[in-house]
Amino acid sequence: MSEWTGRPAERSAEDDYLDGNALAGPLSEVFAIDITAALGTCGTCGDRRAVAEAHLYVNAPAKILRCPSCGGVLLRLDERGGRVILDLSGFTQLTIEVR
Amino acid sequence: MGIVSSGFQGRRKRDLPGVPPGQYVTEDFPVLSAGPTPRIERDDWVFSLRTESGTGRHWDWNVFMSLPQEDVTADLHCVTSWSKLGTHWRGVPVDAVLNGVDTQAEFALFYSYGGYTTNLPLSDVLGGRAWLVHEFDGADLPPEHGGPVRLLVPHLYLWKSAKWVRGVELIPQDRPGFWESRGYHLHGDPWREERYG
Ligand SMILES: [Zn+2]
Repeated sequence: MSEWTGRPAERSAEDDYLDGNALAGPLSEVFAIDITAALGTCGTCGDRRAVAEAHLYVNAPAKILRCPSCGGVLLRLDERGGRVILDLSGFTQLTIEVR
Repeated sequence: MGIVSSGFQGRRKRDLPGVPPGQYVTEDFPVLSAGPTPRIERDDWVFSLRTESGTGRHWDWNVFMSLPQEDVTADLHCVTSWSKLGTHWRGVPVDAVLNGVDTQAEFALFYSYGGYTTNLPLSDVLGGRAWLVHEFDGADLPPEHGGPVRLLVPHLYLWKSAKWVRGVELIPQDRPGFWESRGYHLHGDPWREERYG
């Protein structure tokens, strides 16, 4: 993953997830913004954090981003056959810095 | 066509009999997981059944192990397109757990420790086609592959074989589980490439 993002995506020793920074590569093809810097509010527990701090599970049929506080699913990124399906329904809101 | 064309390297693995369309054969056993791996001790493990009328049954580890046990050899097909052939498991047929249960339900929703769910028609888990397995390759099923107990439904894509299984609810109408509510097929037959819903 780190070769896409240009910065190390830290791997947890305990469980097989990456930090949310690893979303920067695949989502740079979709958004002009860096979504990993966005502040996301979890729809399950209301916790508000940078997307980069969430836990990204990549060894799955689709990439799943989970809230580090409650484990709820925040985002699903499904790349299949030249299409990207992005499910953001786990966030109640995303706050994105624009210039 | 010549008998042996130059550059013929043997049959392409994906064309092997027993390998569904779009799948390739792997020798390793990739670990797929969309969340943290729950660590459940056998002493703490309980499997629960609930019918559509709300009646229930529970099996702790010892009672579960007293149910009929079967050895199963099965091919696994993951929707991410790998297949692993001839895997060896031991466990309890789902028939044994549902034996004598009074139900009109046609569907089942399986629940896992950690919150995962998957839905199946009852007809796909009865008749010797699905098991609650606790051994892989002659050893206790490790947590990364779903231990202490996972569901094994080898004729459907592997996301249906819920890891860390802890219960089943019998339901009159189909209700999508974790992946099925996130764009994956309600049924998941690899021979029909029922990948996406
Ligand atoms: Zn949360």
